[in-house]
Amino acid sequence: MSTNQTSAPAATGRPDPVYTPDAIFFWEGAARGELLGQRCADCGRFAHPPRPMCPWCRSVRRETVTLSGRGRVYTWVIPRHPAPLGFAAPPIVALIDLEEGIRLVSNLVDVDFAAITAGMQVQVRFEPTRGGKAVPVFAPARAGAGR
Amino acid sequence: MNRFAAIVGIGQTEFSKNSGRSELQLAAEAARAALADAGIDPADVDGMITFTLDPSDEIGLGRCLGVRDLGWTARIPGGGAASAATLHQAAAAVLGGAAEVVLIWRAMNERSAYRFGQPMVPPSGGVVNVAGNGTGSLLWCMPFGAQTPASWEALGAQRYMQAYGVTSRDLGRVSVVQRKHAATNPAAWFYGKPITLEEHQQSRWIIEPVLRLLDCCQESDGGVALVVTSLERARDLKSKPVRIAASAQSIPGEVEVISNYYHGDLTVMPEARGTARRLYQRSGLTPRDMQLAMLYDAFTPQVFKQLEGFGFCAQGEAKDFVQGGNIEVGGLLPVNTNGGLIGEAYIHGMNNITEAVRQLRGTAANQVARAQHALVASGMGGAILSNSLSPA
Repeated sequence: MSTNQTSAPAATGRPDPVYTPDAIFFWEGAARGELLGQRCADCGRFAHPPRPMCPWCRSVRRETVTLSGRGRVYTWVIPRHPAPLGFAAPPIVALIDLEEGIRLVSNLVDVDFAAITAGMQVQVRFEPTRGGKAVPVFAPARAGAGR
Repeated sequence: MNRFAAIVGIGQTEFSKNSGRSELQLAAEAARAALADAGIDPADVDGMITFTLDPSDEIGLGRCLGVRDLGWTARIPGGGAASAATLHQAAAAVLGGAAEVVLIWRAMNERSAYRFGQPMVPPSGGVVNVAGNGTGSLLWCMPFGAQTPASWEALGAQRYMQAYGVTSRDLGRVSVVQRKHAATNPAAWFYGKPITLEEHQQSRWIIEPVLRLLDCCQESDGGVALVVTSLERARDLKSKPVRIAASAQSIPGEVEVISNYYHGDLTVMPEARGTARRLYQRSGLTPRDMQLAMLYDAFTPQVFKQLEGFGFCAQGEAKDFVQGGNIEVGGLLPVNTNGGLIGEAYIHGMNNITEAVRQLRGTAANQVARAQHALVASGMGGAILSNSLSPA
């Protein structure tokens, strides 16, 4: 599935996401600064992680829709050791529950670790990866924090 | 009249940090030992089961053992969750008539050749087809710096700790007990090396504020094998059979292996509840009938969640249950009596199964008095083992 790169000298910057056939839309959207979700074109329900069939109505007709980018913090940790590859400082890794009912693994930025609380409202923004792509991260929701 | 399968042989190599030989050799040595323990000619093996992740191959292992005609092979997905599920597959093969002598193995140089605990980042560029092996969603973690099993585990465990007020000290009590068990188990890497709760508290953060170094299992080299056949045949073999009273798998919807974030409430372990429900239903036994439990312990929070999921205590009460000697040999429910993956070795869960067999034979280093039933569990898989050859 993947390789260990324990000594990659050129590996500076946030790792690129891996594009898989059924999730390309998500990462291509992120690279454009858009947060996209998969919705069933027949029954209208969301599914994440993305998949080629709706688990409720078994339709293969799906649409990608722009999400609000608003959500709440569910859990959060800091990986201390070994240091994550590609980060100048250990990031805050979090699970974010989006308004649309989707849960994402992401990062919390622009916030003190000690100030984070469960259910805290956050807003999406985007950060670049080493290969010129981008991933969605989240910052506390306040005026001017979103885009 | 119910028919049963039985474990009739166990084998293992030494557990080390550098085996100095190939993984296939470790597999072959463990298999040879298990078959010798059973008193079965290796040529007669007609079924083989391992993990999807095991690097050795059935044909290669068959060539080492001189297997005459292999008639059944199966591989189980889900990383270490496969460990206890191998028994379910073996029992199904034996009871369904697909194979008579099933060899289960897992062998790896997981410390000297590669390390699960090191950060993992896929190469950049291109589209990757991920078959998954039940762990495909890890790809959603890596660009965010969650690149190790500890980080994947901790994201879910943090919610559990918050919900029930579980502290790092609470988690540490599991490590202290398991290192105490390992300290008197000569096969354990940490033989003679118990730890105190203060030492646990002083060990560095791996994932703050959930996992310290001493909450994590080892990285190990070694091999483990088991032989399963029908209880009828087992009665004629040389070692004392251990009956598989019940076996089960459970992979509820939206549950996945360690990046297990998509099933809603992360304070519960739906796969453990599902496995437990099937095991108790199929065996007619209850948690109170178990004299010990071998619970997959890659990280201490998994022990907490399985104690609850398998019904040994109520939801949120594991932090109380693990205190006061309850989970030590001599306590209410001895847990991971060999030291587990934390104290003995990390052979991906399989060394916790061999320990259950030794306990039920009465040959364990840390023997539990009057052990008759043992639960072995790896979340998505489990079995109830018994040294009573017929149901009560």
